[in-house]
Amino acid sequence: MTQSTPKIRIRGLCKAFGPKIVLDGIDLDVMPGTSMVIIGGSGSGKSVLLRCILGLIPADAGTIEIDGVDVLTLPPRRREEVIETIGMLFQNGALFDSLSVWENVAFGLLAAGRRHGRRPSRAEARATAGRVLEQVGLDPSVGALSPAELSGGMQKRVGLARAIAGQPDILFFDEPTTGLDPIMGAVIDGLIVDCVRKLGSTAIAITHDMASAQRIGDQAAMLYKGKLIWQGPAASLLNSGNPMVDQFTHGRREGPISMELRR
Amino acid sequence: MNAVLDFIAALGRAALNLVRTAGALTLFGLTALSHLVRPPFYWRIFFGALIEIGFFSLPVVALTALFSGGVIALQSYTGFAQYHAQGAIAGIVVLAVTRELGPVMAGLMVAGRVGAAMAAEIGTMRVTDQIDALTTLSTNPMKYLVTPRLLAGTIALPCLVLVADMLGVMGGFIVSVVKLDFSAPAYIAATFAAVKTIDVTVGLAKAAVFGFLITLMGCYHGYTSRGGAQGVGSATTAAVVAASILLLASDYLLTDVFFSQ
Repeated sequence: MTQSTPKIRIRGLCKAFGPKIVLDGIDLDVMPGTSMVIIGGSGSGKSVLLRCILGLIPADAGTIEIDGVDVLTLPPRRREEVIETIGMLFQNGALFDSLSVWENVAFGLLAAGRRHGRRPSRAEARATAGRVLEQVGLDPSVGALSPAELSGGMQKRVGLARAIAGQPDILFFDEPTTGLDPIMGAVIDGLIVDCVRKLGSTAIAITHDMASAQRIGDQAAMLYKGKLIWQGPAASLLNSGNPMVDQFTHGRREGPISMELRR
Repeated sequence: MNAVLDFIAALGRAALNLVRTAGALTLFGLTALSHLVRPPFYWRIFFGALIEIGFFSLPVVALTALFSGGVIALQSYTGFAQYHAQGAIAGIVVLAVTRELGPVMAGLMVAGRVGAAMAAEIGTMRVTDQIDALTTLSTNPMKYLVTPRLLAGTIALPCLVLVADMLGVMGGFIVSVVKLDFSAPAYIAATFAAVKTIDVTVGLAKAAVFGFLITLMGCYHGYTSRGGAQGVGSATTAAVVAASILLLASDYLLTDVFFSQ
């Protein structure tokens, strides 16, 4: 793989739920070590795109290549190995509420160890979880708590810790700052940028928080009605020159994007 | 004419839906069973489910069995006294409890308690993305969530039924001796004379089938739930209703197979 080969290369990706077309021929390249931010309105297919890459939702057509390998045609076991190189921060954290915080953080480590026959002991896994919690600005003593005892911001940090614990090559962030106050949102964005840089990972984040998009992203793209209508540097999101992107990023009611509202 | 066609179309839709659900359920069960022989096996989840189903259901199953045994003794006394056949009460109690009431009552109690809880827990995990998170963390959700629970249900319910059998017979004994003035040694002797090994073993085999069905329904409805809190609520209700109906239907089939001669 050369430096010019995209880490993630998507071509002609389509997905429909019944008559509703959610992804309509998506083409996207994400280069190694870069962070791609995908913006778009609610229901524009951002989450579906991430879920298709992860294999959580089967794509109807197209190819998704990771390191040049089309993951959609891989046998399940090989596909699981590819998924193992991806860390995901879910919108609501998706922490396992039946497990403690440290068990959540170490879950992927224990699972991967089990698969490869070199499972760390629980004491080792707990120590590793403590170190990862420190990386996201939490005291290791938080590890003993249950996820329900944490605030929203802390849950996001634990979700981030869980995503990075396995030192993945690729990181996905689904609405990382949704539901957080602006200061906590900025803190989480800062942690995300730090983690991605430290790990040298390739990242895709989906958001409709413009401040967050500019803080996290190197590149940005906008999804509208199942198509990528714009791609460019994240720094130019607010002055992209594309009327649809401009309307969205500035939150204008009037413009080419019409919200489908029942009057 | 249109009304007739609409009615037939509705029947057809319902039939197709039933076949589709039966197929999905069969595939779900077979996939879960196939993980029994494919490592890894999650022993912590298995033992947790075993304690939840077996140990924590013990009080409700024990009380149900105790009172059911007593009620059978009372009711059969009322009927049998007319024909001076009170001597058959001990046999009636032990056969009713071991063959039917023990497995069925324990099954229904566990369906209400455990089947609902499983559907709610797994359903909540589904709607809060925890099941998707499992997949992204190198863990097969069927292997982690479903297979250990199915095995635990299949093992725990026969153990519960064994306890229910003993307490059901004891309930009949207490009522017969204390309230109906039966002789205790004669009642015990009549009980042992009436019961055969096959009565107990078939009851336990029924319980294993019920345990499998209850946990299968709880896991299936939770796993396939959609749409937030309302979806989880519907899954919970569906799990209990489906488990109860399947339990009674399979009870009839098993009784027909083992005891119809």
